Amino acid sequence: MSAVPLSAKPAIGAGFRLQWEPAQQAHVLLYPEGMVKLNGSAGAIMSRCDGVRTLGEIVADLEHTYGATGLADDVIAFVALAMAREWLEIQA
Amino acid sequence: MTSFSGRVGPPLWLLLELTYRCPLHCVFCYNPTDFARTGPELDTQSWMRVLREARALGAVQLGLSGGEPLVRDDVESLVAEAHSLGYYVNLITSGVGLSEARIAALKAAGLDHIQLSFQDSTRELNDFLSSTRTFELKARVASLIKKFAYPMVLNVVLHRLNIDHVGAILALAERLGADYVELANTQYYGWAWLNRAQLLPSREQLQRAEETTQRFRERVGGRMQIFFVVPDYYESRPKACMNGLGSVFLTITPDGTALPCQAARMLPGLTFPNVREASVRAIWHESAAFNHFRGEAWMKEPCRSCPERSKDFGGCRCQAYLLTGDPANADPVCDLSPHHQLITQAIARASQPQDRPSVLAANEAPLVFRDHRASVALAGREPA
Repeated sequence: MSAVPLSAKPAIGAGFRLQWEPAQQAHVLLYPEGMVKLNGSAGAIMSRCDGVRTLGEIVADLEHTYGATGLADDVIAFVALAMAREWLEIQA
Repeated sequence: MTSFSGRVGPPLWLLLELTYRCPLHCVFCYNPTDFARTGPELDTQSWMRVLREARALGAVQLGLSGGEPLVRDDVESLVAEAHSLGYYVNLITSGVGLSEARIAALKAAGLDHIQLSFQDSTRELNDFLSSTRTFELKARVASLIKKFAYPMVLNVVLHRLNIDHVGAILALAERLGADYVELANTQYYGWAWLNRAQLLPSREQLQRAEETTQRFRERVGGRMQIFFVVPDYYESRPKACMNGLGSVFLTITPDGTALPCQAARMLPGLTFPNVREASVRAIWHESAAFNHFRGEAWMKEPCRSCPERSKDFGGCRCQAYLLTGDPANADPVCDLSPHHQLITQAIARASQPQDRPSVLAANEAPLVFRDHRASVALAGREPA
């Protein structure tokens, strides 16, 4: 799995829709006749992937929001996993 | 009222069967055979109310189906309302009635996905496989679906009469530019149950079809994803039908009856509520019919003490009822069921050499086409 650079701008993959579901208290990823319920950290990352912000900015935002440091490796690993599943794509 | 003490989640999946009207007459349709006896269709405002109430409960995946949903002229307004409520909206259609003007309007209304079904009946099978009229319609609709930037998702129902043509069907799907193809073997409810003897493929047919599909997969690689759904009669464990009745799935039939699965209206001893008389919340959380098969208290042996009961919930209640007469029995597909021989006998009959089944052969049990006249005739008869 190749590392995603911090300059990349991830966006929700074509054919997927991300939204917050109050009834499930979770972000979900919707696609034709299916749904993935995201856990808290996956939801926090993916809800910031708007195709505008860089991965570096997303990591900084997450570290600020959750009062944590050193999240870059975990975030990059998740983004790579999500890209393999086409949940995320990198804008050209 | 039946009580259920467990935690009930939201009806995540809402299926609206907008109408039983359909221009096609498929012999494998799962709609009830007595659909002609059901009451009038809900009007637009009632469907809108169902959408709002179910969304408030947490419904998020929406299927618009039928019959053929496009025979109604309010699908565009229902899609617009559903989209604004936050549903992911799937249209399940034969393509009949899907003009360029309508697909443009549906796209503008926020439709997320179209599943195009090849609902070839035997009357149309030759037409379909010989690339004539049906092919022209499907090809036109397929190109519209691509033009409006939807993924091209084809669903083909397989049965004894067409399963040997799976190679031709896949080649056709490739010519149409399909991204996903679901080769779904018939499930035996409604009209398909009536026609089971003519529709159940033999084990050899099934194996050949799976091999053909595998070879095709290897040739096309990642260009086209193909899902092959084996008929559950050929499995040794039952499907986890609806993830358990009353767990995530809610169907509303054309006349407003609420069901925990599309086929459940047949289940004896249960009075299914109607959205004309009760809120979706009351139906989902409080009605006896929806609580009846929740949890495990209803189970009989061998399910009751089975370590796999939380995995498959005893299989399908409708199949248990159709085959054994008691919906609380284990689904006979399970080889632990004391009624499993009903399945093995059906498979044995399907595997006997027989002449190619034909609708025209007068000396065989005829295929019954799903149409209004047949439904009126069948409505007077108790289900087998």
